[in-house]
Amino acid sequence: MAKDKTRDIDNSTVNDGSHAIRRFSIGDFLIILILVILCLTCVLPFIHLAAKSVSSNTAVMQRAVVLWPVGLNFDAYASIFQDGSLVRSFLYSVVVVAIFTLLGMITCTCAAYPLSKKRLKGRAFFTVLLMIPMYFNAGLIPSYLLYKDLHLLNNMWVLILPLIYSSYNMLIMKNYFQSTIPDTLEEAAFLDGANNFQILFRIVLPLSLPIIATLSLFYAVGRWNAYADNKYYITSEGLKMIQYKLYQLVASATEAQTATLSEAIEVKSTPEVLQAACIMFATLPIICIYPFLQKYFVKGVMIGAVKG
Amino acid sequence: MKAKAAIQPSLRERTSWRKAFQRDWHLYLLLLVPVLLVIIFNYAAYPGLRMVFMDYKPAKGYDGSKWVGWQTFQKVFADKDFSRALTNSLVFNLLDLLVSFPMPIILALMLNELRFPRFKKVTQTVLYLPHFLSWVIIGSVAYQLFKPNSGIVNILMMKWGWIQQGIPFLTEKMHWAVTYLLIGVWQGMGWGTIIYLAAITGISGELYEAAMIDGASRMQRIWHITLPGIRSTIVVLLIMNLGKIMGSNFERLDVFANTQVREYQYQLAIYIYEKGLSNGKFSMATAVGLFQSLVGLLLVLISDRFAKALGEDGLL
Repeated sequence: MAKDKTRDIDNSTVNDGSHAIRRFSIGDFLIILILVILCLTCVLPFIHLAAKSVSSNTAVMQRAVVLWPVGLNFDAYASIFQDGSLVRSFLYSVVVVAIFTLLGMITCTCAAYPLSKKRLKGRAFFTVLLMIPMYFNAGLIPSYLLYKDLHLLNNMWVLILPLIYSSYNMLIMKNYFQSTIPDTLEEAAFLDGANNFQILFRIVLPLSLPIIATLSLFYAVGRWNAYADNKYYITSEGLKMIQYKLYQLVASATEAQTATLSEAIEVKSTPEVLQAACIMFATLPIICIYPFLQKYFVKGVMIGAVKG
Repeated sequence: MKAKAAIQPSLRERTSWRKAFQRDWHLYLLLLVPVLLVIIFNYAAYPGLRMVFMDYKPAKGYDGSKWVGWQTFQKVFADKDFSRALTNSLVFNLLDLLVSFPMPIILALMLNELRFPRFKKVTQTVLYLPHFLSWVIIGSVAYQLFKPNSGIVNILMMKWGWIQQGIPFLTEKMHWAVTYLLIGVWQGMGWGTIIYLAAITGISGELYEAAMIDGASRMQRIWHITLPGIRSTIVVLLIMNLGKIMGSNFERLDVFANTQVREYQYQLAIYIYEKGLSNGKFSMATAVGLFQSLVGLLLVLISDRFAKALGEDGLL
């Protein structure tokens, strides 16, 4: 212990006894270095693209742009707004995501609340009924033909209805209800003459705001990011979400091909710059709101990891 | 307390359906919503699977198409494209597991050794970011950065004299394979740490104090305390991931598609999409999809058994 004391004095910043013998070592330095490098791989690509998207065509062609714009101008963004198709698609995506999240949360609650009640007769049956789709999926073609029969192809609702019930989210919510809302509270309300709806709306939901926030985010981000179903089921331009638009503009275009907005407007930027601007246009909203929402996601993962 | 004692026995009795409905009809009403949704959008698609035993022609529909028994499966298993897609899927999923699985553990150990709370928090926030980006964005950014002639990565490497010619990161199959796998590591590394960091916080601090007093070095503490402390988490996650070895992520493959790398990029999800929706071979695509989900399901069940046999929680 005496040895620790002397080290404690060396290291004036550490007062906490448990950290007494941990001084800043070469190991600490290496760890910080590695973590900083990894963080840079997450941040620098976007800074580079942002810089490229507001640089002049010649600077980009001369390969002079690294992390700072050269020949600052906003032509590429002007073209995007002038063309309007990406902007419209963006707004449309926001609407789809909003409807999806709202209906998703309603469905999720409708499934999770009854199934969280041990007394519910037929609970095991309904649980199995609602869990099977998570483990076994009919696959692309049967689903495609089914949606065709339901007249959902090339329809906004095909992006919403098939996915609003999620077994995974339901499990998280059910676990939350079971673990955080004391049975005695509901029993007391029951004895006071409250019915199931009143208990749900007045007691359970107000106590579940954290999980509601988390699951809403799961729903919203999942819907915002997915594009495969757009590719499978949607053909009209006006019904495509922004991720799929971006896919068509950039990801599916190799170096030989070029990104084009509609031919009606005059695009001053080179495809390089325009692509960078399109990527930033679709990415910035996520990057801007992400730091504020991140903690809710972490919470959701933790609750999901605890089995009920 | 008395009231509760009076309720308990009556709850344990088997209530009749009529009584249950009378008491909980609200709950059954709520359940109707998800039940209808899964019936309409999931269960209603299951009968469509009968087309694997048919020579399904879109123009003729289910009723007009001929029944052919196991012929579709024979055709599929004789199909060269299928064996290539299957091999690619298995090889890439195994490689993916191999390179992507250890990274979050290593990162979690490093984050756990950090002593600056603010720096740790910022690092975590930044490292989680790729998990929230769509594959489209990741793919588009990767194409921009890795272009052989005009991508910044190649430009910088050429400027610094590391290479003479641009490296075709995403347009030559071997380079593509490495880039594809590393992007997978990058995307999942930060997010994967959450579960390990949580497991680490469950380890008693006294163990570390005792070890420090005994003069254990940092590596010794990690090796003898932290790693054993998260072993069960590692085992469960490893088994869970082994259960997913038959899967394939359409979006991840699709955004990195181009003709030069098709030989490796052609995996099961791509096979199903192209044979089915693009070429109209509905029966074959469905048979492959069915094969994939049945084998996948079997693997999940086996993994679950395995985890439980090891005394872990399991997944089901």
